[in-house]
Amino acid sequence: MLTKDRPLSPHLQVYRPQLTSILSITHRGTGMFLAFSIPLLVYWLWAIAAGAETYASAQELLGSSFGRVLLFFWSYSLFYHLCNGVRHLAWDIGVGLDIAVLYKSGWGVVALSFALTAMAWIAGYAARGGSL
Amino acid sequence: MGLRTPLGTALGLGPAKEGVSHWWWQRVTSVLLIPLSLWFVFSLASLAGANHQTVVDWMRSPIVTALLIMFVISTFYHAQLGVQVVIEDYIHTEWLKMASLLAVSFVTAFLSLVAVVLVLRVALGG
Repeated sequence: MLTKDRPLSPHLQVYRPQLTSILSITHRGTGMFLAFSIPLLVYWLWAIAAGAETYASAQELLGSSFGRVLLFFWSYSLFYHLCNGVRHLAWDIGVGLDIAVLYKSGWGVVALSFALTAMAWIAGYAARGGSL
Repeated sequence: MGLRTPLGTALGLGPAKEGVSHWWWQRVTSVLLIPLSLWFVFSLASLAGANHQTVVDWMRSPIVTALLIMFVISTFYHAQLGVQVVIEDYIHTEWLKMASLLAVSFVTAFLSLVAVVLVLRVALGG
Protein backbone atom coordinates (compact mmCIF):
# COMPACT_ATOMS: atom_id res chain seq x y z
CA MET A 1 0.00 0.00 0.00
CA LEU A 2 1.27 3.41 -0.90
CA THR A 3 1.78 5.50 2.20
CA LYS A 4 0.89 8.71 0.38
CA ASP A 5 -2.67 7.42 -0.21
CA ARG A 6 -3.32 7.09 3.49
CA PRO A 7 -5.64 9.65 5.07
CA LEU A 8 -3.96 12.48 6.90
CA SER A 9 -4.67 13.29 10.48
CA PRO A 10 -6.26 15.49 11.75
CA HIS A 11 -9.14 15.78 9.32
CA LEU A 12 -9.55 19.53 9.36
CA GLN A 13 -12.72 19.32 7.29
CA VAL A 14 -14.64 17.26 9.86
CA TYR A 15 -14.09 19.72 12.70
CA ARG A 16 -16.67 22.36 13.46
CA PRO A 17 -14.88 25.68 13.01
CA GLN A 18 -13.89 27.10 16.39
CA LEU A 19 -12.95 30.65 17.28
CA THR A 20 -9.54 29.50 18.48
CA SER A 21 -8.60 27.67 15.28
CA ILE A 22 -10.01 30.39 13.01
CA LEU A 23 -8.03 33.09 14.85
CA SER A 24 -4.91 30.94 14.69
CA ILE A 25 -4.97 30.45 10.92
CA THR A 26 -5.98 34.10 10.45
CA HIS A 27 -2.83 35.09 12.34
CA ARG A 28 -0.75 33.14 9.85
CA GLY A 29 -2.77 34.40 6.88
CA THR A 30 -2.50 38.07 7.89
CA GLY A 31 1.21 37.58 8.58
CA MET A 32 1.77 36.22 5.08
CA PHE A 33 -0.31 39.01 3.56
CA LEU A 34 1.71 41.61 5.48
CA ALA A 35 4.95 40.00 4.36
CA PHE A 36 3.82 40.09 0.74
CA SER A 37 2.84 43.76 1.06
CA ILE A 38 6.42 44.71 2.00
CA PRO A 39 7.16 45.69 -1.66
CA LEU A 40 4.32 48.21 -1.29
CA LEU A 41 6.20 49.85 1.60
CA VAL A 42 9.38 49.96 -0.49
CA TYR A 43 7.40 51.42 -3.41
CA TRP A 44 6.02 54.16 -1.14
CA LEU A 45 9.52 55.04 0.16
CA TRP A 46 10.88 55.00 -3.39
CA ALA A 47 8.11 57.35 -4.56
CA ILE A 48 9.00 59.84 -1.79
CA ALA A 49 12.70 59.67 -2.66
CA ALA A 50 12.01 60.00 -6.40
CA GLY A 51 10.39 63.42 -6.07
CA ALA A 52 7.11 65.31 -6.11
CA GLU A 53 5.83 64.01 -9.46
CA THR A 54 6.43 60.33 -8.70
CA TYR A 55 4.95 60.80 -5.25
CA ALA A 56 1.83 62.37 -6.74
CA SER A 57 1.31 59.38 -9.06
CA ALA A 58 1.87 56.97 -6.16
CA GLN A 59 -0.72 58.92 -4.18
CA GLU A 60 -3.13 58.64 -7.07
CA LEU A 61 -2.56 54.89 -7.28
CA LEU A 62 -2.94 54.33 -3.52
CA GLY A 63 -5.91 56.72 -3.39
CA SER A 64 -7.81 54.89 -6.16
CA SER A 65 -10.60 52.52 -5.13
CA PHE A 66 -8.26 49.56 -5.75
CA GLY A 67 -5.53 51.23 -3.69
CA ARG A 68 -7.90 51.98 -0.83
CA VAL A 69 -9.24 48.42 -0.72
CA LEU A 70 -5.65 47.14 -0.66
CA LEU A 71 -4.71 49.61 2.09
CA PHE A 72 -7.84 48.68 4.03
CA PHE A 73 -6.93 44.97 4.03
CA TRP A 74 -3.33 45.90 4.83
CA SER A 75 -4.35 48.04 7.81
CA TYR A 76 -6.80 45.44 9.12
CA SER A 77 -4.22 42.67 8.71
CA LEU A 78 -1.65 44.73 10.57
CA PHE A 79 -3.97 45.53 13.49
CA TYR A 80 -5.23 41.95 13.66
CA HIS A 81 -1.71 40.50 13.62
CA LEU A 82 -0.64 43.09 16.21
CA CYS A 83 -3.52 42.37 18.62
CA ASN A 84 -3.30 38.60 18.25
CA GLY A 85 0.48 38.86 18.48
CA VAL A 86 0.12 40.45 21.92
CA ARG A 87 -2.12 37.50 22.80
CA HIS A 88 0.68 35.17 21.71
CA LEU A 89 3.22 37.09 23.82
CA ALA A 90 0.92 36.70 26.84
CA TRP A 91 0.81 32.92 26.23
CA ASP A 92 4.61 32.89 26.02
CA ILE A 93 4.80 34.11 29.62
CA GLY A 94 2.08 31.62 30.60
CA VAL A 95 -0.81 34.07 30.88
CA GLY A 96 -4.32 33.46 29.51
CA LEU A 97 -4.09 29.80 28.56
CA ASP A 98 -7.42 28.66 30.12
CA ILE A 99 -10.13 27.91 27.56
CA ALA A 100 -12.52 30.51 28.97
CA VAL A 101 -9.81 33.20 28.88
CA LEU A 102 -8.77 32.11 25.35
CA TYR A 103 -12.28 32.79 24.08
CA LYS A 104 -12.50 36.14 25.89
CA SER A 105 -9.14 37.32 24.59
CA GLY A 106 -10.04 35.96 21.15
CA TRP A 107 -13.22 38.04 20.91
CA GLY A 108 -11.22 40.94 22.37
CA VAL A 109 -8.75 40.66 19.48
CA VAL A 110 -11.61 40.66 16.95
CA ALA A 111 -13.21 43.75 18.51
CA LEU A 112 -9.96 45.66 19.05
CA SER A 113 -8.64 44.98 15.54
CA PHE A 114 -11.82 46.38 13.98
CA ALA A 115 -11.80 49.35 16.39
CA LEU A 116 -8.17 50.24 15.61
CA THR A 117 -8.79 49.92 11.86
CA ALA A 118 -11.79 52.25 12.16
CA MET A 119 -9.71 54.72 14.22
CA ALA A 120 -6.91 54.76 11.65
CA TRP A 121 -9.29 55.37 8.75
CA ILE A 122 -11.19 58.08 10.63
CA ALA A 123 -7.81 59.72 11.38
CA GLY A 124 -6.89 59.41 7.70
CA TYR A 125 -10.07 61.01 6.42
CA ALA A 126 -9.83 63.69 9.13
CA ALA A 127 -6.28 64.49 7.92
CA ARG A 128 -7.71 65.03 4.45
CA GLY A 129 -9.96 67.67 5.95
CA GLY A 130 -13.00 65.40 5.78
CA SER A 131 -12.89 65.17 1.98
CA LEU A 132 -13.08 61.71 0.46
CA MET B 1 16.64 19.02 33.59
CA GLY B 2 14.67 16.87 31.16
CA LEU B 3 16.03 14.47 28.61
CA ARG B 4 18.94 16.50 27.29
CA THR B 5 22.48 15.23 27.66
CA PRO B 6 24.82 17.26 29.89
CA LEU B 7 26.82 18.23 26.79
CA GLY B 8 23.68 19.35 24.97
CA THR B 9 22.71 21.45 27.98
CA ALA B 10 26.19 22.97 28.12
CA LEU B 11 26.16 23.88 24.43
CA GLY B 12 22.56 25.03 24.72
CA LEU B 13 21.74 24.61 21.05
CA GLY B 14 19.64 21.44 20.74
CA PRO B 15 18.89 19.44 17.59
CA ALA B 16 18.09 22.48 15.41
CA LYS B 17 21.69 23.70 16.00
CA GLU B 18 20.53 27.25 16.55
CA GLY B 19 19.01 26.94 20.00
CA VAL B 20 16.18 29.34 20.69
CA SER B 21 17.59 32.03 18.39
CA HIS B 22 14.71 31.94 15.87
CA TRP B 23 12.06 31.90 18.58
CA TRP B 24 13.81 34.63 20.57
CA TRP B 25 14.31 37.08 17.68
CA GLN B 26 10.72 36.62 16.55
CA ARG B 27 9.69 37.76 20.05
CA VAL B 28 12.19 40.61 20.21
CA THR B 29 11.04 42.00 16.85
CA SER B 30 7.36 41.51 17.75
CA VAL B 31 7.72 43.49 20.99
CA LEU B 32 9.56 46.25 19.08
CA LEU B 33 6.87 46.27 16.41
CA ILE B 34 4.02 46.89 18.87
CA PRO B 35 4.83 50.61 19.32
CA LEU B 36 6.58 50.99 15.95
CA SER B 37 3.76 49.67 13.78
CA LEU B 38 1.10 51.62 15.72
CA TRP B 39 3.22 54.75 15.24
CA PHE B 40 3.73 53.98 11.54
CA VAL B 41 0.08 53.35 10.65
CA PHE B 42 -1.20 56.41 12.50
CA SER B 43 1.58 58.52 10.94
CA LEU B 44 0.49 57.31 7.50
CA ALA B 45 -3.12 58.17 8.37
CA SER B 46 -2.10 61.69 9.43
CA LEU B 47 -0.17 62.06 6.13
CA ALA B 48 -3.16 61.01 3.99
CA GLY B 49 -3.52 63.50 1.17
CA ALA B 50 -0.44 65.49 2.29
CA ASN B 51 1.77 66.90 -0.46
CA HIS B 52 5.30 65.71 -1.20
CA GLN B 53 7.08 68.47 0.74
CA THR B 54 5.08 67.72 3.90
CA VAL B 55 6.03 64.03 3.73
CA VAL B 56 9.69 64.86 3.08
CA ASP B 57 9.78 67.33 6.00
CA TRP B 58 8.23 64.66 8.21
CA MET B 59 10.83 62.07 7.18
CA ARG B 60 13.70 64.51 7.76
CA SER B 61 13.04 64.88 11.45
CA PRO B 62 15.84 62.84 13.09
CA ILE B 63 13.42 60.99 15.36
CA VAL B 64 11.22 59.99 12.40
CA THR B 65 14.26 58.92 10.34
CA ALA B 66 15.49 56.72 13.19
CA LEU B 67 12.05 55.27 13.94
CA LEU B 68 11.45 54.52 10.24
CA ILE B 69 14.76 52.66 9.95
CA MET B 70 13.99 50.69 13.11
CA PHE B 71 10.50 49.94 11.80
CA VAL B 72 11.88 48.80 8.43
CA ILE B 73 14.56 46.53 9.91
CA SER B 74 12.29 44.90 12.51
CA THR B 75 9.47 44.48 9.99
CA PHE B 76 11.66 42.78 7.39
CA TYR B 77 13.39 40.57 9.94
CA HIS B 78 10.07 39.60 11.55
CA ALA B 79 8.60 38.85 8.11
CA GLN B 80 11.58 36.69 7.15
CA LEU B 81 11.32 34.68 10.40
CA GLY B 82 7.55 34.23 9.94
CA VAL B 83 7.64 33.24 6.27
CA GLN B 84 10.47 30.82 7.08
CA VAL B 85 8.20 28.90 9.48
CA VAL B 86 5.38 28.77 6.93
CA ILE B 87 7.76 27.41 4.28
CA GLU B 88 9.13 24.80 6.71
CA ASP B 89 5.56 23.76 7.60
CA TYR B 90 4.12 23.40 4.11
CA ILE B 91 6.93 22.69 1.65
CA HIS B 92 8.25 19.17 2.04
CA THR B 93 10.29 18.79 -1.14
CA GLU B 94 13.79 19.34 0.21
CA TRP B 95 15.33 21.25 -2.71
CA LEU B 96 12.26 23.46 -3.11
CA LYS B 97 12.20 24.18 0.62
CA MET B 98 15.87 25.18 0.66
CA ALA B 99 15.45 27.28 -2.50
CA SER B 100 12.41 29.06 -1.04
CA LEU B 101 14.18 29.72 2.28
CA LEU B 102 17.21 31.16 0.51
CA ALA B 103 15.03 33.25 -1.81
CA VAL B 104 13.05 34.70 1.11
CA SER B 105 16.25 35.51 3.03
CA PHE B 106 17.87 37.20 0.04
CA VAL B 107 14.76 39.13 -1.00
CA THR B 108 14.01 40.41 2.52
CA ALA B 109 17.68 41.31 3.14
CA PHE B 110 17.88 43.13 -0.20
CA LEU B 111 14.56 44.97 0.17
CA SER B 112 15.37 46.05 3.71
CA LEU B 113 18.66 47.55 2.51
CA VAL B 114 16.84 49.31 -0.33
CA ALA B 115 14.27 50.66 2.13
CA VAL B 116 16.95 51.95 4.54
CA VAL B 117 18.86 53.60 1.68
CA LEU B 118 15.64 55.29 0.48
CA VAL B 119 14.87 56.61 3.98
CA LEU B 120 18.43 57.94 4.31
CA ARG B 121 18.34 59.48 0.84
CA VAL B 122 15.23 61.48 1.74
CA ALA B 123 16.57 62.31 5.21
CA LEU B 124 20.05 63.41 4.12
CA GLY B 125 19.50 64.34 0.48
CA GLY B 126 19.87 67.92 -0.70
